[in-house]
Amino acid sequence: MSEAPLLSLAIWIPILAGLAVLATGGDRNAPLARVLALAGALVGFAVTLPLYTGFDTSTPAMQFVEQHRWISRFNIEYLLGVDGISMLFLILNSFITVIVILAGWQVIDSKVAQYNAAFLIMSGLLNGIFSALDGVLFYVFFEASLIPLYLIIGIWGGANRVYAAFKFFLYTLLGSLLLLIALLYLFFASGGSFSILDWHQTSLSLREQVWIFLAFLVAFAVKIPMWPVHTWLPDAHVEAPTGGSIVLAAIALKLGAYGFVRFSLPITPDASHELSGLIVALSLIAIVYIGFVALVQEDMKKLVAYSSIAHMGFVTLGFFIFSAIGIEGALIQMISHGFISGAMFFCIGVMYDRMHSRRIADYGGVVNTMPKFAAFFMLFAMANAGLPATSGFVGEFMVILGAVQSNFWVAFAAATTLILGAAYTLWMVKRVVFGKVANDKVAALNDINAREFTILALLAATVIGMGLYPQPFSEVMHSSVNELLRHIAVSKIQ
Amino acid sequence: MDLKSLSLLAVLAPLAGALVAGLFCRVISRTLAHSAAIGGVATALVASLLIFRQVADGARLNGPVYQWLTSGDYAFEVGFLIDPLTASMMLVVTFVSLMVHIYTIGYMRDDPGYNRFFSYISLFTFSMLMLVMSNNFMQLFFGWEAVGLVSYLLIGFWYTRPSAIFANLKAFLVNRVGDFGFILGIGLVLSACGTLDYAGVFARAPALVGETIALFGTDGEGVSLLTAICVLLFIGAMGKSAQVPLHVWLPDSMEGPTPISALIHAATMVTAGIFMVARMSPLFELSDAALSFVIVIGAVTALFMGFLGIIQNDIKRVVAYSTLSQLGYMTVALGASAYSAAIFHLTTHAFFKALLFLAAGSVIMAMHHEQDIRKMGGLRRYLPITWITSLIGSLALIGTPLFSGFYSKDSIIEAVAASTLPGAGFAYAAIIAGVFVTAFYSFRMFFLVFHGKERFGHDEKAHDAHAAHDEQATHDEHHGLAHGEKPHESPLVVTVPLLLLAIPSLGLGLFVIEPMLFGDWFADAIFVDAEAHPAMRELAEHFHGAGAMALHGLASAPFWLAASGVALAWFLYLKRPELPALLKTRLQPLYVLLENKYYFDRFYETVFAGGARLLGRGLWQGGDVRVIDGVVNGSARLVGWCASLLRFFQSGRIYHYAFTMIFGLLVLMTLTLWVGRV
Repeated sequence: MSEAPLLSLAIWIPILAGLAVLATGGDRNAPLARVLALAGALVGFAVTLPLYTGFDTSTPAMQFVEQHRWISRFNIEYLLGVDGISMLFLILNSFITVIVILAGWQVIDSKVAQYNAAFLIMSGLLNGIFSALDGVLFYVFFEASLIPLYLIIGIWGGANRVYAAFKFFLYTLLGSLLLLIALLYLFFASGGSFSILDWHQTSLSLREQVWIFLAFLVAFAVKIPMWPVHTWLPDAHVEAPTGGSIVLAAIALKLGAYGFVRFSLPITPDASHELSGLIVALSLIAIVYIGFVALVQEDMKKLVAYSSIAHMGFVTLGFFIFSAIGIEGALIQMISHGFISGAMFFCIGVMYDRMHSRRIADYGGVVNTMPKFAAFFMLFAMANAGLPATSGFVGEFMVILGAVQSNFWVAFAAATTLILGAAYTLWMVKRVVFGKVANDKVAALNDINAREFTILALLAATVIGMGLYPQPFSEVMHSSVNELLRHIAVSKIQ
Repeated sequence: MDLKSLSLLAVLAPLAGALVAGLFCRVISRTLAHSAAIGGVATALVASLLIFRQVADGARLNGPVYQWLTSGDYAFEVGFLIDPLTASMMLVVTFVSLMVHIYTIGYMRDDPGYNRFFSYISLFTFSMLMLVMSNNFMQLFFGWEAVGLVSYLLIGFWYTRPSAIFANLKAFLVNRVGDFGFILGIGLVLSACGTLDYAGVFARAPALVGETIALFGTDGEGVSLLTAICVLLFIGAMGKSAQVPLHVWLPDSMEGPTPISALIHAATMVTAGIFMVARMSPLFELSDAALSFVIVIGAVTALFMGFLGIIQNDIKRVVAYSTLSQLGYMTVALGASAYSAAIFHLTTHAFFKALLFLAAGSVIMAMHHEQDIRKMGGLRRYLPITWITSLIGSLALIGTPLFSGFYSKDSIIEAVAASTLPGAGFAYAAIIAGVFVTAFYSFRMFFLVFHGKERFGHDEKAHDAHAAHDEQATHDEHHGLAHGEKPHESPLVVTVPLLLLAIPSLGLGLFVIEPMLFGDWFADAIFVDAEAHPAMRELAEHFHGAGAMALHGLASAPFWLAASGVALAWFLYLKRPELPALLKTRLQPLYVLLENKYYFDRFYETVFAGGARLLGRGLWQGGDVRVIDGVVNGSARLVGWCASLLRFFQSGRIYHYAFTMIFGLLVLMTLTLWVGRV
């Protein structure tokens, strides 16, 4: 099994499955499309598992490497590989794809094949992003992954989807251009290589590094998103169908953060140090400012979207305090946020499917009619508020501990999330779940069915499991994170 | 069995009970649910007893159970530290918990959430045990937050009541403010010591004396690192143990069912902060500044929360304010370096306060969920067991010699008197005055409930009117006794726990004061720098046995203060019951101040809750919508405007293009020539 091209399989099985689903055609064959999509997602998930079991934790080197010539003239290669930083994201992504296919099972009843195909293809492309070690290959996957997301929002989205897609487009356009320019510059600076690993060794002056860092920053900050380029996210979430929101929150937001660890930190270490104050400041603004903004949201999806931005603030903060506990905390926060935000959006979707409203004011007393659902929702809300014994605690805890060591007041500002995160999440829970039955619509709610129960139980088990025993997640990162720290510590200025 | 297996058994048994009762709460019978929960907790009690015996024989345990996480140079483990302090806490927690479990069978008999309730209280027992048995800060924080979660769930147990779901949110958020300080303290501990294990931290702590941390500016002197750590950790304790100004959640927590008020909001969870500081004695001993902070906060809580107990009319709220005040006493003891006295008072208080709460619950049941003590009176005849156990609890609370509360409270008062710390003088005055206040409010309630005229069941209109204007309609239909109805004593499952709790309330102090305070029971668990803080040593010098202490107590100021408090309560509420109303009008401004609880709630709701919402709205509408989206949409419009300009050139007419080309050529040529000449 170790000889099998696992990474290629992880990329192409979902894509081919997506094409096969697409081939089932119109909605007459919807049941077939669903089954086929689920099979594709499950197989896709299954092939990522050996990445973990076969992973060698002792080495920071890239593993499961595949190398083929692609465009020889420019030394562009089909170069894949994962290390302790990226490996878990393939598994997370493939797991979330299964969840997403299940989440749309009974809900999506028009253009079923296209819907499922879009998710499968996107899943493959996202796996490509996390395993590409060639700059051009990365860029191709990075940009291509946007297309399915556009389509998902644009076709299955809400009333205002055009504005949301347009806003998203405006934000990402500039970032993509600057990313491309930076990649081309690195191609020349490295003497004609597109290998990301070569770029890690390329020496650059501080001036060059700063410009490249800023170009990366624009590209990645939009994706994360960091304040102040975050306003597309709440709109995109509000318009996206449930599955779209899950993937957007669970995986798409991680791309920018992944870019920081794969590109910015190792390629421009001196600039990273030079500009770390800026990133830390932006991260803290995301945590505090967005925390307050989330508090007053009236739409549940917007609230969770804003809370995602605040949680991603912990990720960027963790990266730029330059310590093992900070970076590993940030990576764990990324994975945990994938599960928790996915679960939160699914929960909102469960309610939306029944009530066709996301407005908090339309709810109240859901626990009276949906007790099983309320228990799950409560759990994920607590995880979102960073309660210990859930995965949400681990990353925040590590980043706060790391931050104390670098600067007490940074940690002070970051730790306000303990209060703000609990305030916005639990205030929403109070208004939505608790209380007397607010209206006839709530009174008529049916509790979750077996499919919804399965999804929620899977996510709940993961969230609690990771909270009680995060060691399996962090131990695969150690070598790679230490290697990354070594990179950051060594100046590239000559 | 060895200590480790016993420890695992002690924590896992209640967890198993909680899981059975919780996960299957909708399918299993009530009997099965409460059997599982009670079985789990009873197992934990037995395990705790066995552990206690082994610890008394000198056995100790400090070791990991599993490795939670490693990162960089740090390793975080889940592990147990079993020493006398832990063993004592385990006994208190499991014993009170078991009593409350049994009591619940009677109290929650008619509640549809019966199984869920058992699941929660077993989960609480598990969490609290994890907290006290931890051997490191990380797990401490785990337990800390887990008990907070269960408290949240239980305060909001009757989730359709608006007041309950307001109270639980408030409790969680106020506790989070404390946790905010707590986690920063933990962060400083880790960065200073490189580990979160107690043993490692305590070993490293003496070397930290004199180290500073530059908190305010870079050129300043800096703050003592240990002071910063201790104050931050104590802020966590202030949240959990409800010290001023983070006390506001505890009175509101009475929205929860009475058994959990006894277990969580009186006997165990709220004492977690006290336990934590005692556990951290090797750190706190190194910072006089932090100890002064602790003693002042405790003194303020002890006295001023006691005042509030005087004017409450809800039976549970009187006991709640009494709890706040007694937590203040424990905190004062911590500040005076009398950690063992604090733990001693924690223990006796756990028994007599759980007793008082459960007795209050028994009264509430008898009164069909009427909680207003003005509508009670003369219940002694109908509830003899509740009456006598309440009397024992109240006497213990006010510090009557020979009762358990006397020994613990008197030790605290003596220790504070001997303390030389800045702030100790104020603290002494406050807790001495507090003795009178405690006696007064305790017996005001006792007399109003059990003695005097029967004021219940003779006014049918009062019942309806009360229910109508009271938002907090209870979970069952009854509210007060109907006309002519008489209260009945509660069933055995209720009265037996009362009797079992009355025993330690009465006699525990007499037997344990000597080993606990002056023996070597806590010798290796609590560290006191006797040179710097000699209070406990002086106490030991003056101690000549528990009996002598009680005799001496009869002649001391606290006893007479307490006696006069009781006498005043008797005079005002039994002898001349028309006087309190008169006093109320005479002292109107003072009454209004107390009625509004010193305006803490209103201040927090306006400034913090209101301010946060206002700020959020401002940042959202002003920052996100107007400025950021303004720029984004503006740039979109700018692109559109540029495009419309360009469109002007794309007219599709050949001569336009030709003209433009010629014009452009001319411009270029002119420029080239001009530039070339320069």
